[in-house]
Amino acid sequence: MLFSYLPILVMIGIATVMAIGALFMSFVFRPSNPYREKLSPWECGMEPVGDANTGHFRVHFFIIAILFIVFDVETLFLFPWAVILSEKALSAFIFVEMVVFIAILAVGLIYAWVKGALEWV
Amino acid sequence: MEQFFFYMFAIAAVVSAVLVISVRNPVHSAFYLIVCFLQVAAIYILLRSPFLAAVQLFIYVGAIMVLFLFAVLVLDIGREQFRERFHGQTVPALAAIAGLFVVMGILVVSGKITAPLGPFDEPALMKNTEVIGKSLYTSYIFPFEIVSILLLIALIGAVVLVMSGQGKENKG
Repeated sequence: MLFSYLPILVMIGIATVMAIGALFMSFVFRPSNPYREKLSPWECGMEPVGDANTGHFRVHFFIIAILFIVFDVETLFLFPWAVILSEKALSAFIFVEMVVFIAILAVGLIYAWVKGALEWV
Repeated sequence: MEQFFFYMFAIAAVVSAVLVISVRNPVHSAFYLIVCFLQVAAIYILLRSPFLAAVQLFIYVGAIMVLFLFAVLVLDIGREQFRERFHGQTVPALAAIAGLFVVMGILVVSGKITAPLGPFDEPALMKNTEVIGKSLYTSYIFPFEIVSILLLIALIGAVVLVMSGQGKENKG
């Protein structure tokens, strides 16, 4: 049973090695010639003021994060549901059950939509 | 073989957990926390709980990390505050860790802490997710639907908080 997870581990290993290898090879081969203008966040345009990590982030991101979390949890509940959906005796009942579950969450999505929370001003 | 994989994931989990509290940049420590959670998910798979591993990936690596990163970005945490992270508590902390380590070692060696697979054989353990699904969607149908109401409340609460704050911003 555990052997069926081996391809996932191999894939994660290959991806990690490729990512680190690409970074390392470009570190070896790239020319190293830094100067102040090149290292600035924007080569043209406005001079940046202050640090990026001092909280200049819109609170609007929070709505997107909460939406993601809510529908993440919803997707999670679909897993055990999908596994037992093939049982004839249960399938109709639990199908309706999940439709109710998703409908209640859809109310939240429609509310956020109508309130304009999804619009990026 | 299984023990080799367990030690691999366990050592990676402990190393990344130590890195979480020792790197300076809060965003870097959040990423090390992702690594730690991934190792814990792998250990859940070794414990024959694939659904728990999926929960770990979806909720912790996905949702909780988004909230952590969001808090780090919004809460105005500069790097300066992290210089005073030891607070002179190193000695008591090390003593407490050593004490706990000794207690755990004694319990493990004397066989008081064991993690047997229980009276289930491999085929029974494979049906893990189906058993969870069956009891969740038949006996616990009411709590399950309550979960959706809770999520709805969280979503509407967040929308109300953010939108009312923006309204004030626009007026002022």
